Amino acid sequence: MARKVVITGLGATTPIGGDVPTMWENALKGVSGARTIEADWVAEFELPVTFAAQVSTPASEVLTRVEAKRMDPSTQFAVIAAREAWRDSGIEEVDHDRLAVAFATGIGGVWTLLDAWDTLKAKGPRRVLPMTVPMLMPNGPAAAVSLDLGARAGAHTPVSACASGTEALHLGLDLIRSGKADVVMCGGAEAAIHPMPIAAFAAMQALSRRNDDPEHASRPYDIDRDGFVMGEGAGALLLEAEEHALARGARIYGELAGTSVTADAYHITAPDPEGLGATRALKAAMFDARVQASDVVHVNAHATSTPVGDQPEYVALKTALGSQVDSVAVSATKSQTGHLLGASGAVEAVMTVLAVHERRAPVTINLENQDPQIPLDVVTSARDLPAGDIVALSNSFGFGGHNAVIVVKNV
Amino acid sequence: MASNEEILAGLAEIVNEETGLAPESVEMDKSFTDDLDIDSISMMTIVVNAEEKFGVRIPDEEVKNLKTVGDAVEFIAKSQS
Repeated sequence: MARKVVITGLGATTPIGGDVPTMWENALKGVSGARTIEADWVAEFELPVTFAAQVSTPASEVLTRVEAKRMDPSTQFAVIAAREAWRDSGIEEVDHDRLAVAFATGIGGVWTLLDAWDTLKAKGPRRVLPMTVPMLMPNGPAAAVSLDLGARAGAHTPVSACASGTEALHLGLDLIRSGKADVVMCGGAEAAIHPMPIAAFAAMQALSRRNDDPEHASRPYDIDRDGFVMGEGAGALLLEAEEHALARGARIYGELAGTSVTADAYHITAPDPEGLGATRALKAAMFDARVQASDVVHVNAHATSTPVGDQPEYVALKTALGSQVDSVAVSATKSQTGHLLGASGAVEAVMTVLAVHERRAPVTINLENQDPQIPLDVVTSARDLPAGDIVALSNSFGFGGHNAVIVVKNV
Repeated sequence: MASNEEILAGLAEIVNEETGLAPESVEMDKSFTDDLDIDSISMMTIVVNAEEKFGVRIPDEEVKNLKTVGDAVEFIAKSQS
């Protein structure tokens, strides 16, 4: 029997809350984190998209100036979320050689990289900061969290675009099950609301153009959805071997019962229209967790609000869950947070764990005319989940054909 | 031309900006590494910021000779004259 892995600490900094209690309160209420971007560069570059979902609490209000100076914004978000999850777990004594980090990002230190490039062009190589490399490297968030916690059982950075945060939990579960660690700080961080990534995502027609109405732009499953809304922030979850958590009398939110990762090998960006890779990921995750489709009561969907993405996920859910798909309360929380790219899976995992723990499914906003091709039971006002043993899933899919699924059970 | 006191004050400001150390703790006889706990990456940032502030050039091979705050102040003063 594999070691059981439980979740004992949660952290987040997001567009709808700078910590978990605020984010969760808003997620149950249903608010939008999307706003017009107030920076000069929107006009300077005549960007086709002028809004995004920026963190509601700037990192500068949480970290000291000197701390922040040495971290890319993605790393700042990671450290803020991981510190909250660590405090939340109440953990005091830990064998640091058995404490690991699996902290993902989709893009890494893109602000640092492009700022340094601007500096090089404007002022020459002497002015490129010596901290540039450790700040831009994609393992920066994982490394900073490892340093901050003294985690010495490895600091890992799964990178699979928008599936990265979920893949971090897949890796964390594996590290504990295989005996390589007893405690793992998992999460994902992203800070890519910079003119260049906005231009690039807009160029591939991935972003909503609802510039005159940002709060209604992220509308998964709605017939008038026209793309995703760029988000930023981080989510963090402290995983512990069950016996480790029990020995210290920890408060346990739920069990990370299973995970899986598959690849479409279909197209570099387009989802497989039949959702075959996602279906295999869903089935494999449920198998890994030793649960049946009939046990599943809630899904936190990937549902980014793109015309082409939301429907294949429905096909995959229908295939993997069979008739149970009609009895599952589906939440598309990107409607509120925007799409946090490599952090989205981690933030949505926090919400999924809380949904199971508190038996409340968070809200999908902006669903006015549901796409008839996606007849899911979408949660549009906070809804109670049933008593008894319950199972929830959270899906993430990334450019490159990455599919990742986690399975959370109550304890 | 800045006096040694002015250079020290300017340097203390740069060190404070980079490390958060109180400016008054940046004294002439303090060692950057042993007393102020400044690592090589921070030292390079301080050097480059000092170059800009005082309009001097501090060659990379010279940086290792700047063991104390006083060494840096003297080097900057000499380069300015």
